[in-house]
Order: sequence, then structure tokens, then C-alpha cells
Amino acid sequence: MNKNTLIKRLKVIVILGFFPFIGFSQNILNSGSVQGNFQLDAQYYQKDSTIGANEVSEKMLMNAFANIIYSNGNFSAGLRYESYRNPMLGFDNRYKGSGIAYRYATYKADDFDITVGNFYEQFGSGLIFRSYEERNLGYDNAMDGIRVNFNPSQGIMLKAIIGTQRFFWDVGPGIVRGGDAEFALNDIISSFSESKTRLTIGGSVISKYQPSEEILYDASKKYNLPENVAAFAGRMNVSRGKINVNAEYAYKSPDPNSQNNFIYRHGEALLVSAAYSKKGFGIILSGKRVDNMAFKSKRTEVGNMLNINYLPTLTKQHAYSLSAIYPYATQPNGEMGVQGEIVYTIPKNTILGGKYGTEIKLNYSRANSLDKSAINDTTLIDKEGTKGYTSNFFKFGKELYFQDFNIEISKKINNKLKGSLSWVNLVYNQAVIEGHPGLPSVYANVLIADINYKITPIRSIRTEIQHLSTKQDEGNWVMGMLEYSIAPQWFFSVSDQYNYGNEIDVKKIHYYNVGVGYNRNSSRIQMSYGKQREGILCVGGVCRQVPAAYGFNITITSSF
Amino acid sequence: MKKIIFIAACFLLTSFGFSQNPDSKIKKLPSITIKTVDGKTIKTSDISNNGKPIIISFWALWCKPCQKELSTIAEVYDEWQKETGVKLVAVSIDDARSSSRVLPTVNGNNWTYEVLLDVNGDFKRAMNVNMIPHTFLLNGKGEIVWQHTSFAEGSELELIELVKKLNRGEDISEKK
Repeated sequence: MNKNTLIKRLKVIVILGFFPFIGFSQNILNSGSVQGNFQLDAQYYQKDSTIGANEVSEKMLMNAFANIIYSNGNFSAGLRYESYRNPMLGFDNRYKGSGIAYRYATYKADDFDITVGNFYEQFGSGLIFRSYEERNLGYDNAMDGIRVNFNPSQGIMLKAIIGTQRFFWDVGPGIVRGGDAEFALNDIISSFSESKTRLTIGGSVISKYQPSEEILYDASKKYNLPENVAAFAGRMNVSRGKINVNAEYAYKSPDPNSQNNFIYRHGEALLVSAAYSKKGFGIILSGKRVDNMAFKSKRTEVGNMLNINYLPTLTKQHAYSLSAIYPYATQPNGEMGVQGEIVYTIPKNTILGGKYGTEIKLNYSRANSLDKSAINDTTLIDKEGTKGYTSNFFKFGKELYFQDFNIEISKKINNKLKGSLSWVNLVYNQAVIEGHPGLPSVYANVLIADINYKITPIRSIRTEIQHLSTKQDEGNWVMGMLEYSIAPQWFFSVSDQYNYGNEIDVKKIHYYNVGVGYNRNSSRIQMSYGKQREGILCVGGVCRQVPAAYGFNITITSSF
Repeated sequence: MKKIIFIAACFLLTSFGFSQNPDSKIKKLPSITIKTVDGKTIKTSDISNNGKPIIISFWALWCKPCQKELSTIAEVYDEWQKETGVKLVAVSIDDARSSSRVLPTVNGNNWTYEVLLDVNGDFKRAMNVNMIPHTFLLNGKGEIVWQHTSFAEGSELELIELVKKLNRGEDISEKK
């Protein structure tokens, strides 16, 4: 047994040591509590060559996890057991296996808390540091180390972290350490405490250490790689009455890596938003700049894992299946983006508002390339081993990556009938977003009707009718869905997505699906049978390629 | 490794056995530091409602059923409050991508709930929320007595019935 395995086993044994303690301490002190949750997803796969669903040799694949949290007074400890036997299609195969992937213990006192083991944390909006999970996407960059939070007096919050990041069943090679401070000035300065203007400022620093390694370029030249990469961020939030303004700026020292083609340029990011809202009306404008901000705890890592920071996407995350076919995700190497949204409720008892009022949501977003210029006449932009490029901070680049204009009108007609209509107009730069140079941008219009009819107070029927039209990619789609629910327990649904506009006849496929769901308190069982389109699934800024699949699916989830 | 998993499973089972003792079923809100939608920092263990029941609903801007639940309750919320004194706390799990849009949406929709921003899911994890909408009901003593995932039209009727039962002092614990 080598040293690493030994340490791992020791860790497991230490964790196991918690369990009898949990049991006993409950009996003795009678004040601790154990709670947790569980989720299991399994699919039985059938082959369907028309949609590209390949034969799965295991026939059935399963992902499952359970979280157990024990808490007693100031102390809490928890773990998550995960099992991928074997990982479901669309999840990275390196998850194959079972084990305790997450475990921690926390001690909390009045003004501080300490966590050892795994933890999730975010500084500001995450531009230089965010450790988080999206279980359903197979994304998890949990830290493994130590975190201390200290709250020395009202309005002051200090955080310090150190550790490595989860990489499937292992951790990444880089050490991540840093701190964050936040000051709520109204709580600190007594003469401000009654002020209508609230001001919060914060700052953070993160440093990554990874030993240098030998990586060659231009056949024989060796990169002189920085072992320490530092990042800083400053932020503020001002609110006064109906107005709320947020801003965060981040800087990162040069960090040549596989994602930025080993350039020695610094990184920068800016995120600002200003909102005005009162009862019945809200408006927000936001903007961002991301410049060379890929930041991972392993310099040669590409793909989704080992991100130290999080670069939020400034576009609306669509919830209907056809409007979600073309999702956008931030381009870490560089983009400029803007977003605006208006939410307005036309008051009750007006001509347009009717008896119940009418709700309107308007949203526009766009992301462009950065404006990049060559550093000199003889060096190409993004040339490895150089400073890469220069860029005007406030200028938008010419290439459009993504644009989305959408409007949604929701209305209650009477006590039985309500619904919403949406229109989405998208421009989606496939070549950049999917990394397939040469593909044309997709221009698409999506129309969606969502109608709900209450048969009795607890029985209702809901239908969605959606249509997507485009001349590019796979052409037009139509989708229909019918759902019958008996509140609060039962759901039944049938749906069909039909790619009738595909240029290739054999690809004019019906993706049908039937499903049933049963809820009892905090448990849910959901079963479905049908075909699933190949596509991109995005939640919270992470996207995952989901392969085509055909078969029977079951999900069981429970909290206890 | 397999052996260790087996041992872990045994330990888990024993600890579940112990946890079945009735007193430990009473769960209070964990103490998580979280921001309100207007930027103030609070501790979730301080959420209170003068001895009246509290509904805590986890939602997000990208979750349609969640918003349906909140807008359905919004229509009757005034009535509910007058009749029962109940308070609803809507916990948005939107991350930095959309958390700044929560306040304009809440106001634009005329929602009068207390809204919290759980941008990195700390409160969500401490409450063992897997899927949203996930709704909790707390009695006047701040104990979590009921929870439910998903929303269908009409689910709000069960919720207010339970609130009324709590006000009458009835036991609504789910283990019955």
C-alpha cells in the first residue's frame, strides 16, 4: 500500500469514527439530530440508431448520492456518499465508482466558525473564487482543506480558506488559498446606522500554487511557468430606497495555461448591475467584461473541472425545452456582455390588466467578442509564449457570440384558466460556443404557449405548445406537452418533440416521452419512458453535453 | 475499499436506528449566514414570526413551478396573513448569474414575501434540498414540522390547511 492510499484509508476510518459517536451522543445528550437526503437516478438504455443512441453494454446505468448531516449544538459533521455504477450517459466516466466524496466537521462559536474537510464557498460574485456543486450536471469542485469565518463585530465578516479542489475521486495538483473581507458600513459606523443609503464594500485575494512543469512550445522552447498566480477582487453594493447598484472588479496575474493558449497576459473581469424597482415594476441593467479569466488549479486542465473562479453568464436561463436548445455560457478567454430586464404588472381592474392584472417580462441580452489587437506587427494575436494581445477595456469586439430578446406575458383569465405566452428571438454562434469552427450562427425564433386549466381545486391540466423556427442547424421543431396533476401528489405527462424541419428525412424524428411522478412530503419518485434529444444541458453556468438516449428512466429523491 | 463501504453502511444503519428516537425528530433551522434581497446579512436561525407559523420556500428564477407556486400564493397571501398570521420566506438559490435579477422580479410581480439570496447554496445544503420547489413549514416554536417538494395547482390548499391545524395546536408531523 503506498502512502497516498494509506492516507486515504486513514481518512475514511476517521470519518467512520464519527458514526458510533453520533449514535451514542444522541442517546446521552438527546439533543443532536441527524438529517440528510438521498437521490438516485437510473436509466435502462435501449438502442436507437436513428437518434444516435448507442448500445450500452451495462444495459442500466445509475448515479446516486446520500448526504448525512449530524448536528449537535455548536458542532456539526457531515458526509456524502456517491455511487456511479456506472456513470449515466453524459456524465464523465472518471466518476466511475463509489465512495465518500465529501466529508467535513464544523465548529461554530458566536463570532467564528471553523470547518475542516470539504466545503463550498464563494467570495463576492465568484469572479476569483467559487467552490460549488451542480449534482445533476456532474459538476463539483468542492474544496478539501480548512475554512475559518470570523465575525469580530457587527458588520464585519472575514473569511480565510486553504485547500485543494475535488477532481472526480481525487484532488487537483494546485493549492488554493485566500481570504475575503466584507464591511457593511451602516452597521460599523454608528452615525450611518439610520441612513437610508446602505453601503457594503468587500475585497478578496486568492493565490494558487502549482509546481512548475516542463511544457514545450515551438518544438524546443520551454515555458517559464509561474508557480504562484494571484488574483484580487473588490466589490461594492449601494442601495437607497428603490435603487440597488452592485459592482465587482477582478484582476489576475499572468497565468499561462491550456485554456488561454499559454499567453502571459494578465486577466480582468468586471461585473456591474443597477436596478430600480417598486411594487409592480422592476428594471435592471447589467454589463460585464471578461478578459483572459480562465483560472484552474491545474494549468493543463481543459473542460469543466478544477475551476477556481466562476464567471456568471449574463443571459436569461430559459426553462422551456425548445427555448433552452441553444444555451449560452461565458467564454472565459474573453467577452463583453450586457443584459436588461423589465418586469411589470399591469394593475388589476384596468383595460389591459383585466380582473387579475397582467404580468409582462421583457429581457434582452447580448455577448460579443473582446476587441483584441496584436501586441506588435510580427506577433499573431493569442500567440503562445507572448503577452497575447492588447485590448481596449470598454470596447466591444465585432463578433457576436450570442443574442437573446424575449418577452413573456402571463395572465389569469378566471379562477380556472391561466396561462402565458412567450416569444424568444435568438442568435447563437455555434462556432464559438460549441467550439466547432466553420459552423454558421443559428438564428431562431421560439413561440411558447403554456396554459393551465383547473378542473377541480386540486386537479388540473397543463399544456405547453412550443415551436422553434430556424434555417440553420437542425431546422424547425415543434413540441407539445400535456400534464395532468392531482395536487399535491400525482403528476402524469405525455410529450413529443418533433424535428419536422430537419433537412435529412431520417432525422425527422419524434422524441416522445411519457412520465409519472408521485410526491409524498419530501420524497418524490419519477418515472419516464421515451427518447431524449442530444443536446446541451446548462444549470448555474455549467453546461454538459447530454447524449441522445432512449429507454426507461427513474429518479427517487428524499429528504429526511 | 468494498469492505470499508460495507462497514460504512453498517455504521449508517446503526446511527439511523438511534436517530429514530422521537425527540431528535424535532428539527430547528440551522444557523447559516445569508443575505436578504436588499443586501443585509442575517443568520437563518434568527428567522422568526412572533410565535406564528413560517413557510420557507426554496425557488429560483430558472424554475417555472417555483414561480407558479409563489405567484399562486401571492394571490391569497394577504388573506392567509390576516387569517393565520403565517409568514412566507422565499429563498432564492439563484447564483451570481441571476441573483441581481431577483429583487426587480419580486417587486415587479408585487410579491410581498421576505426574500433571501442563497447564492452558493449553503442554506439549501443545510436544509437538504435536492430539487426545487421545496417547501418547509415551521410551527410557532420554529420547529420544522412538514416539508414537500414540487408544486401543482391546488398544493397551496393543503399548505394553508396545515397552517390552520398548527394554529389550533394539532400535531401535523409527517410520521403519522
